[in-house]
Parts: sequence; C-alpha cells; structure tokens
Amino acid sequence: MSAVIARDIVKKFAEVPAVNGISLSIPDGEFMVLLGPSGCGKTTFLRIICGLEQQTSGDLMIGGAIVNELPPRARGVAMMFQSYGLYPHYTVRNNIAFPLKTQRVPREKINKQVEWASQLLGIDHLLDRRPRQLSGGERQRVALARALVREPTALLLDEPLSNLDAKLRTMARQEIKNFQQRVGLTTIYVTHDQVEAMGMGDRIAVIDHGNIRQVGTPTEIYNDPADLFVATFVGSPPMNIVTHSGGGYLGFRPENFLPKNMIEDGAATEFKFRVDRSEYLGAERIVYGVLDGFESKQIITAKLPPAHVDEKNIRPGEWHTFAVKNSELRQFDKNGNRATSH
Amino acid sequence: MAVIAEPVAKPVSRLNFLLDRRDVFEAILVAPAVIYVLLLVGLPLLLAIYYSLSAYTIYDPTWKFVGLSNFIDVVENPTFPQTLANTFIFTFGSQLLGLVIGKFGAFLLLRPFPGRKIVRALIVLPFVIPVALATIAWRWLFDSLYSVFNWTLIALHIMDRADVPNWLGTPWLAMLCVVIINAWRFFPFAIVIFLAGLTSVPQDVIDAATVDGAGFWRRNYQIILPMILPIVAIGLIFGIVFTFTDLSIVFLLTMGGPVNATSVLGFAGFQTGIISGDVSHGAAISLFMLPVLLVVVVFMLRFIRRREI
Amino acid sequence: MPRTLRKILGETSFFVGVAFFTILAAFPFYWMLITAFKQNSDLYNVTNNPFFFNEWPTLEHIKYLFRETLFARWLWNSLVIGVCVTAITIVTAVPAGYALARMKSKKGEALGIAVFLTYLVPPTLLFLPLSRIVAVLGLQNSMWSLVLVYPTFTIPFCAWLLMGFFKALPAEIEEAAIVDGCSLFGAFIKMAIPLSVPAILTVVIFTFTLTLQEFVYALTFVSSSDQKPITLGVTTDLVRGDVFFWGELMAGALIAAVPVAIAYNLFLDRFITGITGGAVKG
Repeated sequence: MSAVIARDIVKKFAEVPAVNGISLSIPDGEFMVLLGPSGCGKTTFLRIICGLEQQTSGDLMIGGAIVNELPPRARGVAMMFQSYGLYPHYTVRNNIAFPLKTQRVPREKINKQVEWASQLLGIDHLLDRRPRQLSGGERQRVALARALVREPTALLLDEPLSNLDAKLRTMARQEIKNFQQRVGLTTIYVTHDQVEAMGMGDRIAVIDHGNIRQVGTPTEIYNDPADLFVATFVGSPPMNIVTHSGGGYLGFRPENFLPKNMIEDGAATEFKFRVDRSEYLGAERIVYGVLDGFESKQIITAKLPPAHVDEKNIRPGEWHTFAVKNSELRQFDKNGNRATSH
Repeated sequence: MAVIAEPVAKPVSRLNFLLDRRDVFEAILVAPAVIYVLLLVGLPLLLAIYYSLSAYTIYDPTWKFVGLSNFIDVVENPTFPQTLANTFIFTFGSQLLGLVIGKFGAFLLLRPFPGRKIVRALIVLPFVIPVALATIAWRWLFDSLYSVFNWTLIALHIMDRADVPNWLGTPWLAMLCVVIINAWRFFPFAIVIFLAGLTSVPQDVIDAATVDGAGFWRRNYQIILPMILPIVAIGLIFGIVFTFTDLSIVFLLTMGGPVNATSVLGFAGFQTGIISGDVSHGAAISLFMLPVLLVVVVFMLRFIRRREI
Repeated sequence: MPRTLRKILGETSFFVGVAFFTILAAFPFYWMLITAFKQNSDLYNVTNNPFFFNEWPTLEHIKYLFRETLFARWLWNSLVIGVCVTAITIVTAVPAGYALARMKSKKGEALGIAVFLTYLVPPTLLFLPLSRIVAVLGLQNSMWSLVLVYPTFTIPFCAWLLMGFFKALPAEIEEAAIVDGCSLFGAFIKMAIPLSVPAILTVVIFTFTLTLQEFVYALTFVSSSDQKPITLGVTTDLVRGDVFFWGELMAGALIAAVPVAIAYNLFLDRFITGITGGAVKG
C-alpha cells in the first residue's frame, strides 16, 4: 500500500490532449474518486497510473519511486476493469491465482492467498466455475478478489459498477467501500456517477477536458464548488446559476430555493419565480420555472418538501416570491471561478 | 491529509523494458510477415519490372537495359490485340454472367426450405473445388467425340452426329466455353456474397421501407441494393483480379487455341516467359495487367476507407 | 381455389429454380463421379447413354491410379507442402494479425491494408521473377520451391483474416493480464492465443485448402512427376501425349477435390466474413 503522486501528467493522442496537466497526490490508504463526464480523460489518467498508457510528459510516483518508465508488471498496482476482464478460459480459482503465478509465488502460498481472498469476498464456493457461469455480482467479486490477492500497492477501479443493475449497484457500492476501509488500501475509483462519487470517496477529484477542476471531500465539492462546471455537474437537479449584476454569476442549490415564508431566520435574497411545471417525486416536489429579472441558461429548479407545499399552492403560471439564505448563495466571477469574497 | 515524503527516484534501465514498449513489441510481431512478403512479393515485382526493360532470357541472362523495346515488340505482335481483347471478354463476360446468375440464386436461397443446407453445399461446389480439377472435368464434358451435350443433342434429334459442334475446336465456341466455365466457377461466390449482403441488411430498415409504401422493386433497387453495394463491390473486385490474371482454365482447356482464339494475358506471359524462356518479353506481357489491377486496387481502397468511416 | 392454385404454381417454380441451380453447379461433379467408376468399354461407346451406368461399375481406374501412377506420391507431396506452408503461415501470420489488430496509430491501419493488397498481387505477375529466384536458391523442379512461395499469398490473407478476429477480441482481457503481471508477449501467449483457437483453426484449414487449390506456381516451378502436388499431377501427368485417360483423370480429380470441398463448406461463412470484412456495417 502506497501513496500515488502525479505531477503535471499530460497525455496526447496524435496531438490531441486527453489529459492536460493533472497533478494529484493521493496519500496512502485514501479512497480517491475521479469524477467527470465521459471523455473527460479520467480513464486515460487511470490507465497512465497502471501503466497501460505512457504519459507524454509529467512524473508519476507510486510508493515514493518514480515509475514513468516501468511497465505495468513492475508497478504492483491492481486494476478492476469496467467489464471486469475476467479470463474466460480460466476457472475462478485460476483467475484469482493468476497475478500470483506471474510473480512466481510458490504454490502453497498461492493456495493460501486464493483461499483468503475468496473467503473475504464470499466466493469460495465458486472457485471451480468459469466466468461465464457467474452472475454479474459474482463476476465483480471475482474481479475484486483477483485485484486484492497479491496485496497491491494501489487498487484502480474503472467504472466497476456500470455493468450492474440499479439494485445490485447500491449493494456493491457498500461492499467495495466497507472492504476498502477494512483493508485500508489506496484506491482510485473512476466514475461518471456523482452518487457513487459522493457516497464512496474520501475525496473527489472532478475532471473535465483533461483538467482537474476541484479536489475535495464530498462536502466541499457539494457545498463549495470551485467553479461553474463543478457546481452544475454535481447535484441533481444541478445548482441554479443566474447572471449577476456585476458581470459574474450567482448560484444556489434547488433545495435551498424555497418559498419566502419557509425561510425562518437570517438574511435572505428574494426572487420573483414563475412556476411552469412541477413534479411530485414522493419524498420531494421539484418545481421548474423562470426568475424575473435574472438571466439563466437553464431552467430554474426548486426542490421542496411536499409536506409543506401541495399542488394547490403552486400552480403553473403563478408568480411566487422565493428566497435563498445569503449563506447558501455562491458567487462566481465572469470566468466561472468561485469568487473569493464569501 | 497525510504528509508525503519527497520521493527518491530509483534509476531503472530502459533496455530492461524495451519489449514492454508497445511500438517495439508490435513491430517485432509484424516483422516476420512483412519481411517474408517484401522478399517474395515486393522484390519479385521490382524484378518483373526490370526484366521487362531488359534483354533477359534464360539462355542469355544479361541485364542489358533495352528500355521499352520489349513492350513495343509485344504490342507489334499480330496476335497481341486478340489476346488483350480475349482477356477483357473473359474477365468481364464471365463476371457479368456470374453476377446475374448469382443474384437470382441468392434470392432463391434466401428463403428457408427443407434441405437448404445441402443445396447450398452443392451450389458452392464450383467455387470451392480446385479450379484445375473442375476444368479437367469440363474438358471431358466438352470432348470432341464423347461430349454429353452432343449426345443429348443427338438423342433429342435436334442435330445429327455429322454436324454437332466441336466445342473446343471452333474459335468462337472455345471462347464461349472458357467464359462459361469461369462464370460457372464464380456464380456460387456471387451467391454467397449477395447472401452475406442481404442478410446483413437490418430487417427494421426493410420494414420501415415497407411501411413507407415501397413496393418489392423499389425496396430492392432503392433500399437493399445500395446497402449491399460495398460488399458486392469487394466480391466483384476479387473476381476481376483473379479472373483477369488467370491462366489455369485456358491452359488446361484449350492451350490458348484453336489458333490463339482463347489466349489471354496470363497464358501468353506463361507461354513466352516460361515455355519459350524469353523472360523479358514474358514479363512485359504480364505487366500489361498492371494498369487494370491498379485501377481495381484504387477502387478497393476507396471501399475499404468508406467502410471504416 | 385460384389462390391455392397460384400457391402451388409458385412453390413448384421455386423448387424448379432451386433444382436448376443445383444441377448447374453440381453436374460436373456428378460427371466426375460417374466417369470414375465406369468401365472403359462403357465410357468410350458413343451410342451408350452417358448419364447412367450401362455396364457394371468398376474400381479399375482407382486401382490403376494407385498402382501404375504416382498418385499416392502426389497426395503425399500435397500433404507435406500443405503442412509446411501452414506451419510457416501460422507462425508469421498469427503475431502479425494480432499486432495489426492492436496498433492504434494510422500507420497500423495503413499497414493492414497494405498486407491485404499484397494478397491481390496475382501469381501471373510474379511467376517469372520467382522462377528465377527459385532457380538461384537451387529449388527448381522441387516441391520445396512451393513451400517457399505459397506463403506469399497465405500470409497476407491469413494475417488479414486474423486481424479481424483479434479486433473482435476485447482488449480488456489482455490489459487485465498485463496489469496482473504479464509482459505484452505473455498476454499475447496466455490470453490472445488461447482465446482465438477457433479462429486459428479456421486459418489452418484455409491455408491448407489454398495450397491444394494452387495451380499456376506449381505448373511453373515443378516439372518432375515425382515432385508434383496432387492438382498438378492429376491434370498434367495422366495425359500421355494426346491421349486422355478419362477414367483415371476423373477418379484422381474426385479424390483430390472431395476433402477440399468438405473443408471449405464447413468454413465458408468465416471465409466470406473475412474477405468482406463487414463492409456493410459502414
């Protein structure tokens, strides 16, 4: 288990940059999530860490040593692929044993390790099956066991849950997280799913167009987005962004955008809000509309507790006075970066 | 956040991991195949061009450069125009015939029916069997005395034994036979190519066209044909290249005769270059095939490129 | 009533069409078959109905082939040539096809097309210079010249076919192996090859049938009877002067053709996919 440090990593494919100077240091034992839309360079960055791609420039350190020139097998990292990359012609046992066999570990040690890893993940009854005889969840565990069996320097996961259905995904998320906490393994997890990122990451690095936009804990990312990209990428519905009188932007989360009478105390900013449509989702009601006097590229949304607001109070076409507490307002300058006055 | 100590760089030899570089590894894997092909296709091709420009024969292996005089000799040979014309008739006649027959055959085989697999296995026989062996069988079918066609004509009282055709001894009939045999050899290929094309057209496209009111012919010629055109073109290019340069049918059926009536470029090149040992003139004759092949190759490249977009 | 009538007519004409195509394609083979087992007195009598046996069938021609001609030797030659060429082809084309499939750059794509185009360079353009090269190497008039030359068309063709198969193999499996500690070469040997055994088998069959089908190079390079492969031996050696031994010829052609026909039929679909390379998907 080791720290992973990247310094100014650039990767170009035929002159087109995929990774555009990423610097990131991941301390030993941290669960780091790389979050971004598809094609943002997060997977390329992960493949550079494990050595499947060679960076165009920049340094990569694993466990204190520069590994720029090292092939994957000399880096000691483990990776779990999107469709797991299980070896279809091997049994589960041999799949798990494979990373040890390539390192010429003695047979007794291999057997012991395979047993340990398969028990840890509860797949010891599947050892003699082949991958195609397993369910999606079982395959994922086998892949995880294979990644762990040799006690890697770091564990890399590339969208490992995207092939599972929604129900399994929630379970698997929990499993991976619990497991990582137990083993204390440095983990780098790539996803485009903000729920996974928020729920699992010790820290999240939000990536767009080959650049890191912000690194921080889930709370920091959600409450104090560093720029408009992070603000609108994280959160569902996304943060409302309106143009501000001074040439900058003003942002507020839908759940903080409430009818004026629901704001109890503290200073608040009022908006004239015309309701266009509302959706009842059980635990909440999402209201869509426009603001008077403010421009926005998106439809403004408000997320209201349905116990307080029912259909009769909020009808399409009506104007209401809504407000946001000043402490929940986020200001951005005209380049979209977070304004420091706060 | 944990404090990370400034790393100590361990020096690692580059050479140790030379094989771990993808470009090096891939180059090594491709190398044997590429070298083999360069030595035994590339080099001979250059040699062929050089022979055609020299006075080289197996009896007098000089490397004297004579410019284009071999080509001029070849063109001035009175039988050459006929050889050239024969080559085109042979190629395009048999391909056209093969395509037309193949298209009808494909439509028949598209529909499932009991025994279709066996029928298909029988229909592809002409294409899968070594052409030399099939040609010998045809030579027997066209035998001057025992031809089964002639026997049938006589038995049905269409003709008398005295005036049945001498298939391979009459110039125009011999040419017709050569074309028919090659068309026969290629029509199963055309069928399979058409079938591959037709089955690859998504059913929902055809359904959409039907719903939009396209009738049978419109569906065929405005929807299906354009979609399978690339596949058919690739098949056709194969057929053209291998027919245009073929010599085995002519060699085994007629030896170019009677009196040169069925000589084609490949055969003429063989006769001059190998049998008579006049390598330079033989090479010059063979190289007349090159322009046509280049045109075909350019088409091929265009289709490959279109496919990969 | 007219409706059922029309249906019956349609069905009838459909099957008449199928029968016509089947006869068109297979008649020469029926002819081979019947000739191979007819007695000479039956064959060479112009008044006999040639479509059927007029006298008892005989194994005379086949016996003659094996006893009085070099037929068995030609079969053996073809087997040796086929095995050697297949070995050379597999050893060179499998790595080449794999590398071509995994190359990401534009150069790789261009190289792939170039390899394929060499398959289209016809023997008739190359046999003259190759016959000189063969002579220089001291292989003239020997079947080993064919072992040398046949890979010039089997390698490009098989590399192209294999490239298609390897492209369809997900790279993720090899990448997993590489991260798990394999070298690039190790991943190729332990993952890519075992997972493409069916494709490699197809290529083996094709290489073998391609060598059996070849005629032009064999005709050009080999003239001693005992060095000829089967196709050449049957078609050129069973003719004495102007006399064709039709019974023996057809028997020999039949024996040589049947295995090729069966092998080809089994793998025809893969062959077509290989050469059209999914042209319709566009």
